[in-house]
Amino acid sequence: MILVTAVVKPFKLEEVKAALQEAGVAGMTVSEAQGFGRQGGHTEVYRGAEYRIDFVPKVRVEVVVDDAAAERVVSAIVTAARTGRIGDGKVWTTQVDDLIRIRTGERGPDALR
Amino acid sequence: MHYNSGDTAWVLVSAALVLFMTPGLAVFYAGMVRRKNVLGMLIQNFAVMAVVSLLWVWVAYSLAFGPDAGGVGLIGTLHFAGLAHMGQQVPGYHGAKAQTIPPVVFVAFQMMFAVITAALLTGSVADRLKFGAFLAFVVAWTLLVYAPVAHWVFSPEGWLAQRGTEDFAGGTVVELNAGMAGAALALVAGRRRGWPNSLMRPHSIPLTVLGGGILWFGWFGFNAGSALNAGGAGTAFINTNTATAAALLSWLVVEKVKTGKPTTLGAVSGAIAGAVGITPACGFVNTEGATVIGILAGVASALAVNLKFRLGLDDSLDVLAVHGVAGLVGTLLVGFFGTASSLGANGLFYGGGASLLAHQAMAVASVGAYSFLVTWGIAAAIRATVGLRVSREQETAGLDISLFEESAYDFESATGQRAFGAIGGGAR
Repeated sequence: MILVTAVVKPFKLEEVKAALQEAGVAGMTVSEAQGFGRQGGHTEVYRGAEYRIDFVPKVRVEVVVDDAAAERVVSAIVTAARTGRIGDGKVWTTQVDDLIRIRTGERGPDALR
Repeated sequence: MHYNSGDTAWVLVSAALVLFMTPGLAVFYAGMVRRKNVLGMLIQNFAVMAVVSLLWVWVAYSLAFGPDAGGVGLIGTLHFAGLAHMGQQVPGYHGAKAQTIPPVVFVAFQMMFAVITAALLTGSVADRLKFGAFLAFVVAWTLLVYAPVAHWVFSPEGWLAQRGTEDFAGGTVVELNAGMAGAALALVAGRRRGWPNSLMRPHSIPLTVLGGGILWFGWFGFNAGSALNAGGAGTAFINTNTATAAALLSWLVVEKVKTGKPTTLGAVSGAIAGAVGITPACGFVNTEGATVIGILAGVASALAVNLKFRLGLDDSLDVLAVHGVAGLVGTLLVGFFGTASSLGANGLFYGGGASLLAHQAMAVASVGAYSFLVTWGIAAAIRATVGLRVSREQETAGLDISLFEESAYDFESATGQRAFGAIGGGAR
């Protein structure tokens, strides 16, 4: 199994969610995140004082999928989240050793379905 | 004694309007601090309402408006302490200036000025004072700074009033006084930890907008109430609004030119600067004067907010720049725009020569210097005895939790944990 983690622009969340459902993903975890990459932050001005805001708001999407589905899921996210402008975010994959559905105790790929 | 019921009603209403300015100021300031210090700001302002109210009726009113001690115009006696002798007229109000309201109504009206002037200082030293030390400071400051200065300028027996200084509603007594005292207090207390390099942006501009709106509303009582009669209040009322409007716009123009964008905080700040600027002048000038004073007060304050970074002085919410500078500008401009067709003497632009301007400059210099020096002394004495500041840990955690064990906001996340605010970073 593979954990796919994506950090995307907040306004792209709905499209990413739809693309993942389209790709057959049964569930996902979404959290608000802040950070910076090449885009850097932005500045805000209060009474003439400029503040550099380093961390920009992002959304982190996490899904665990079968090995076979990983490539399809990754490209679904990339396609849905892309604007072509700086700050679109990143997607990465991680090997998952085990997975348990808490309600039933099912383990491994069975717990994904 | 026959009192005018219309005048009495207006001054009573004005007193209530001015009292309401202090909670307005509290939210105006609270919006500008970080989320962890919101209650620390609100409780300081609310507590000032209580402390100064009691101090005023028992002692401070008499020091400010009691019969002059020694006839030199420096301080009043304790003749009216505890509101004794309220059947006697307020000293100095004779002839054309004779009051048509009961003295106790005047006590109530002036009380609210003492309250908000002390409350203004909370903005200079936001986020870092011990609560008890702050209250002790307020007591000493009201007795040693506010009451004497009010006597000099507001009491007709005060030395500046005697010499011809004109201050309709407190450009020197309230605004310049608060600005200079705030600067001195901030100097003694020291900077907030991390200032100016760490992020200390306002946590809620909407709260500041609401507070600014309450202040604008209350200012009609502050300024037009200072006429002390209903029939003569109209000029001060309309001038207050005119200058406030002009300064709101002029601050935005300065921002547009300097940084490319007008801001919401700038609009509110400009309005306050305009109301401050017209405070000493509102009954003494005409529409031209009110408009120009508003424009110049807005520009001067908008330019002055950067001064603290050059001075390295953490006047956290710009009391010196907004109240001190606009109060100074307005007080001096009375010397140019004062016109006998409204009230008072003619200024430089209305054929009165430079003498009014000289009286205004004398008031600015003496009130500014006295306020700064005596405040510095009081603050230094408190710092040396009980200490002024909270500990490093308390300041980092925020006053709300560390001093009061409360939080301003309880936005729970799905996990039942308090949601964390934006993670700060970066330098100015």
